[in-house]
Amino acid sequence: MSIELKSVSKQFGEVAAVNNVTFSVNEGELLALLGPSGGGKTTVLRMIAGLEVPTEGDIYIRGQRVNDIKVQKRNIGFVFQNYALFQNMNVFKNIAFGLKIKKWKSADIKARVRELLELLGLEGLDKRYPHQLSGGQRQRVAIARALAPKPSVLLLDEPFGAVDAKIRQELREWLVRLHHDLNVTTLFVTHDQEEAMEVSNRIVIFSRGNLEQIGTPRDVYEQPANEFVARFIGVMNVLELEVFKNVGRAGELQFPAPGYADGERIRIGFRPFSVQISSDLNQFPYQAVVRQTYFLGVMLRLELELESGLLLRSRMSKEEYANLALYDGKKVSLQIRNYRILSREHEPLGPELTAPEKSSLFVGEGI
Amino acid sequence: MAGYVKRSRQTNGHTASKGGTEESPFFKWLLITVALLFSILFLLLPLVNVFAQALSKGWQAYWTALSEPDAWAAIKLTLLVAAITVPLNVVFGLAAAWAIAKFDFRGKSLLNTLIDLPFSVSPVVAGLMYVLLFGLQGYFGRWLADHEIKIIFAVPGIVIATIFITFPFVARELIPVMQATRSEQEQAALTLGATGWQTFWRVTLPSVKWGLLYGIILCNARAMGEFGAVSVVSGHITGQTDTMPLRIEKLYQEYNAAAAFAIASLLALLALLTLGIKTFLEWKQERDYERAQRAAESYEDSTAPTSREPEITAVRSQP
Repeated sequence: MSIELKSVSKQFGEVAAVNNVTFSVNEGELLALLGPSGGGKTTVLRMIAGLEVPTEGDIYIRGQRVNDIKVQKRNIGFVFQNYALFQNMNVFKNIAFGLKIKKWKSADIKARVRELLELLGLEGLDKRYPHQLSGGQRQRVAIARALAPKPSVLLLDEPFGAVDAKIRQELREWLVRLHHDLNVTTLFVTHDQEEAMEVSNRIVIFSRGNLEQIGTPRDVYEQPANEFVARFIGVMNVLELEVFKNVGRAGELQFPAPGYADGERIRIGFRPFSVQISSDLNQFPYQAVVRQTYFLGVMLRLELELESGLLLRSRMSKEEYANLALYDGKKVSLQIRNYRILSREHEPLGPELTAPEKSSLFVGEGI
Repeated sequence: MAGYVKRSRQTNGHTASKGGTEESPFFKWLLITVALLFSILFLLLPLVNVFAQALSKGWQAYWTALSEPDAWAAIKLTLLVAAITVPLNVVFGLAAAWAIAKFDFRGKSLLNTLIDLPFSVSPVVAGLMYVLLFGLQGYFGRWLADHEIKIIFAVPGIVIATIFITFPFVARELIPVMQATRSEQEQAALTLGATGWQTFWRVTLPSVKWGLLYGIILCNARAMGEFGAVSVVSGHITGQTDTMPLRIEKLYQEYNAAAAFAIASLLALLALLTLGIKTFLEWKQERDYERAQRAAESYEDSTAPTSREPEITAVRSQP
């Protein structure tokens, strides 16, 4: 076990930034701390680093309780959101800083810095000052500086926040490769669920200081623990149903809702992939009109308007779109294959259900 | 012909200007002329005149005026006052700027205002404040006299008055640069194992060094040149509590213009030297920056072709 948090809370004055959070990180893992801003994820990262002190609870790094150990002695590498490179030092001195502090021999420092420059593709930049580097280069210098003293944990705060979209994509792949090569336990904070899904082994999801779920990207997508996670990870259609005689209704849509009292309102959710469309108006039970089509590369997103005015989001491949001969304004029939009863936030979710309609073309839910 | 050339130049000037925001050439030259004339008339000429007057009776008289014991005592006292005042104000200035830039605390705005007090209080009043505190009739006067401590009409009084007058220079220069230095850089140093002290010396101080140097230079110039406050507390004891400005005043009142100007020229020379150092430092900083910039550009040139190469081969191999 590389890092362990046990019932950790953090108060900033009256505000509870982190609430009773418990989780552990395995040695060599690449873990994402994900959540909307203000969710407490950065505070958790800073507490692990020792830049903040928990109000309650214990933090362990490699089995050692570090609550009372100062940031200098925790042997962590921290990469700040804006990199925080030393402006008055060139790249070489930035990377060598931690080694000089630890009184390495100058020959060893040189060798280690060379090694890192090579590893991070920064050869030839050692004499440059931070303001002469591109955003991506700055980030790599910041990572090299953090890695130089061979930390037991690498912590990155919004590592891709300050660069533009194209470089972001490259940096993500690069971080995965780097982690693969070094195998150092890495935690990074992000508010971008796509980024977390793509890069990490496991994701810890925070909202308003609470840990909502921890699991692999597939886990949190397919088995969301509660409504917050279900709605935060990926795109989800959410409907509010009113139950009458074990059937929940919203507009013309009907879902079986056994066990709920008449008049009770429940929420259900389903992924865009679960909305199945046919150009044969009689194939599926509900009629709708294609309102808007968004091209997302290979995939398309459609906005469908039901007769009652409800709007649903659907997703399909280009081929499917072509086969169905769809266009904006075309009338289609649709059904919803799988859905979840979301009930209330922070409550465990019901299992995924299959709609009982005449679903001859049923296929398991894709991602 | 000449008129034609002139006009073509004007149109050139207009195409270079940004959408007509530039002033007309007449206005531009008017401004430059006024600024230059004023600085020559009110700044340069009097300064040159100081040196001219100082040397009006020849080098021999100039040297005699400077090497005379009372003049020499004044020079030494001035240097001593500066040597005590400047380091103390560097420490105070750093502490005050650090506190204001990095922390939030009760009384922060009060401290901020207090730092500016010496700028707004007349130096004579500043001197009087200390006379009222430490003078024989002052609050602490009796106690000090009992313990045979002499502040007013002695060197300590001059030092204290000078510290008061020069207090804002270092702090005022440092506060903006310290606020600009992100505390994240300092936190980064901590995560890399640096102690608070190491962080201060290696990260904070280097990033504010130009502001600090500039503050020191201004502080030093004022410490050596201060007249009003020092005049009130010094007592004008020739050979003992006369600083250079006081000595100059005294000689001038005694109709010894050549000797007065001789010391004045020395003081002016110190001021010019200070300005010279400041300009040199600014130039050096500029040069370092440009060198680094040029190094960066030449690196770009040397790496650009290699990074383009694979693309070209990829295109070739396609068909």
